[in-house]
Amino acid sequence: MSVLVFVEGLNGEIKKSSLEAASYGSQVAQQLGATATAVAIGEVHEEALTKLGEQGIEKVLYDEDSRLNSFVADAYVKVIAKAAQQESSKVLVFSNSNIGASIGAKLAVRLNGSLATNVTTLPNTDGGSFVVTRGVFSGKAFADVALTADVKIIAVKKNSFDVTHNAGATATVEKLSADLADADFAAAPKETVMQETDGVLLPEAEVVVSGGRGLKGPENWHLIEDLANALGAATACSKPVSDMDWRPHHEHVGQTGITVSPNLYIAVGISGAIQHLAGVNSSKVIVVINKDPEAPFFKAADYGIVGDAFEVVPKLIEAAKALDK
Amino acid sequence: MKILVCISNVPDTTSKINFTADNKAFDKNGVQFVINPWDEYALTRAIELKEAKGGTVTVLNVGEADTEPNIRKALAIGADDAIRVNANPTDAFFVAQQIAAIAKENNYDMILMGKESIDYNGSQVHNMVGEILGIPAVVPAFKLDLVDDSTARLEREVEGGKEVVEVKLPFVASAQQPMSEPRIPNMRGIMTARTKPLNVVEPVGAEAKAEYVNYSKPEKKGGVKMIDPENAGELITLLRNEAKVL
Ligand SMILES: Cc1cc2nc3c(=O)[nH]c(=O)nc-3n(C[C@H](O)[C@H](O)[C@H](O)COP(=O)(O)OP(=O)(O)OC[C@H]3O[C@@H](n4cnc5c(N)ncnc54)[C@H](O)[C@@H]3O)c2cc1C
Ligand SMILES: Nc1ncnc2c1ncn2[C@@H]1O[C@H](COP(=O)(O)O)[C@@H](O)[C@H]1O
Repeated sequence: MSVLVFVEGLNGEIKKSSLEAASYGSQVAQQLGATATAVAIGEVHEEALTKLGEQGIEKVLYDEDSRLNSFVADAYVKVIAKAAQQESSKVLVFSNSNIGASIGAKLAVRLNGSLATNVTTLPNTDGGSFVVTRGVFSGKAFADVALTADVKIIAVKKNSFDVTHNAGATATVEKLSADLADADFAAAPKETVMQETDGVLLPEAEVVVSGGRGLKGPENWHLIEDLANALGAATACSKPVSDMDWRPHHEHVGQTGITVSPNLYIAVGISGAIQHLAGVNSSKVIVVINKDPEAPFFKAADYGIVGDAFEVVPKLIEAAKALDK
Repeated sequence: MKILVCISNVPDTTSKINFTADNKAFDKNGVQFVINPWDEYALTRAIELKEAKGGTVTVLNVGEADTEPNIRKALAIGADDAIRVNANPTDAFFVAQQIAAIAKENNYDMILMGKESIDYNGSQVHNMVGEILGIPAVVPAFKLDLVDDSTARLEREVEGGKEVVEVKLPFVASAQQPMSEPRIPNMRGIMTARTKPLNVVEPVGAEAKAEYVNYSKPEKKGGVKMIDPENAGELITLLRNEAKVL
C-alpha cells in the first residue's frame, strides 16, 4: 500500500504547493505505516524529482510524454489512475490548485473514492476512521469530513502545511507510461498564455500586497508594485479595482475572485467588506493601511496603520528596501 | 441550443455563519439564501447565448422545497424552465450523480455551472459530472463562445495564466467572472417566471461518500496592533522580528 502524491512542475522545478502536498502525503503514509510515492508529469528536471526525498517521498513515477506539458485533464487522470493501480494506493494527495482539484474530482468518480478539497489538517485515523478538516463558508468556518470510501482523495489547501526538509534524502525515479492515445488529448488547449510577470505568482505567494479603491487610480499602482517588489510579494486587488480595469481580473481576491492564504497579506486602501475578507481571511498575518479608523478591515487585522496610503506606503517601501534579505 | 445551468442555493455573501448547538449542522436561522454568485455568471452567459442563437435554458437545482424562491429568481432572470431534484444535497458526489441522471435523459448541448459553491467551497461537482458523462469539463472558464454549431471556444484560468480550449459539444464548463455581467430580474421577468414550468423530480439512488460530522469556527484574532503613521517603517521591523513573516 502506498500514499500517492501528484506533484506539479513549473519551469522544471516542483511547485511549492506540491512540495507541501508531498510533505503532507509522507506524513499520512507514516501514520498508516505505508510508503509515500509521487507521480510527476511533463517538464520537470530529474534532479528536482530526486530531491522529493527531502519531503519523505521514497519513489517518484515520472511520465515524460511531452504532450503532458500542458494540462489535459483526461490524460492526467489516466496517468495518475495507472500509478494508483500499480502502487495499490488507497490515499491520493493533491494540492488544491485548479489542476489538483480538477483531477481529484475526476479520479474520485473513476476510482469510486471519497474526495475532500481545501483540506487543512492531517487525517484523524482513530479506530479505522479517516476524518479531515476542510475550509468551508469561504474561510468563515471549518468542517470535519469523514471519508467513507475505500479510496480517499485529498486536495490540500495551499500554505496550510510546512514543507518538511530531510536534507540529503533522495527519492528513486522510475519511468511510467500510461500508453496515452490521441483521443486522450482531444480537449488539449489550443494555446496557453502565461502572465507576463517577473514577480511572484499570486496563488503561490507567501506575501501579498493588495490595493483597493483607496489608491484612486491605476496610475498610482507603482506604490503597490514597489512595495511588493521590495518584499518579494505578489500583487492583488479588490473587486471594484478589477471591475474598473485598473488591474487585471486574475488579481481580484475575495468571494468572487481567488482565495489566497499567504503568510502575510497587506491591504492598502481596502475597506474590508465581508466579500473581500472571504478571499483573504485565512492569511496568517493581515496588515491594514487605511485612512479611516472605522474601516471594518481593522477588525480582521493583526497590524494596522491609520493614515494616508500616499504618505505611509513610501515609508514602508523605504524600510522594506533596507531589510537585509 | 439546449443549455442546462446548475445552480446551488447558498447563504448570502454577507451572512454570519453559525452552527447548531451540537456543531453538527449549519444553522439556517435568520440566513438569507441566494443563487450561488458564480452560478449567476453561468446563467447570464447561457441566456446571452440563447438570445444570440436561439434555444432553451433550463435551470437545475438539487435541493429541498426551500430553494424554490431562488429557482424562480433564475426563471425571472431569463431561464425558460426549471427542474428541482427533491433531495438534501449531502455531498458533491451525490449531487453530481443527480445532475448526470437528468443530463442523460435530455440531450443538452452544454452544461454550465459555477466555479464553486460559496458554502462548501468544494469545486467538485462540475468535474464529477463531466467524468460521469464522459464529456470534457472546462474548469474554471471565464470566456465562452460558440465557434460553430458543434464547437465552443473557452478560456480557462490556470495558475499563472490562461488556456484557450476548443471542445466539441456537449461539454461541462464552470463559470467565473468576467464571463458575463449578471442581470437583475425586471418586473416582466418576475411576472412571467410565475408561470414557467418548475418540475420537481425525485432523486436517483446514489450514495454519498463524504459525511460532514462536525463544524467549527476559526479562532478569534488576538486584536490589532496599531502603528503610528509617522513611524510607519516600524511595521516592517515588527513583521520581521515579531510576526516573523518577512
Ligand atoms: C455578491 C458580491 C460579491 C463580491 N465579491 C467581492 C470580491 O470577491 N472581492 C472584493 O474585493 N469585493 C467583492 N465584493 C464587493 C465588496 O462588497 C466591496 O464593495 C469591495 O470589496 C470594496 O472594495 P474597496 O475596499 O477597494 O473599495 P471601498 O469600499 O470604496 O474602500 C476604499 C477604502 O479606501 C480607504 N481610503 C480612501 N482613500 C485612502 C487613502 N488615501 N489612504 C488610505 N486609505 C484610503 C477608504 O477609507 C475605504 O476604506 C462583492 C460584492 C457582492 C455583492
Ligand atoms: N445542489 C446543487 N444543485 C445544483 N447545482 C449544484 C448544486 N451544488 C453545486 N452545484 C453546481 O456545481 C458547482 C460547483 O459546486 P461545488 O462542487 O459544490 O463547489 C456550483 O457552482 C453549481 O453550479
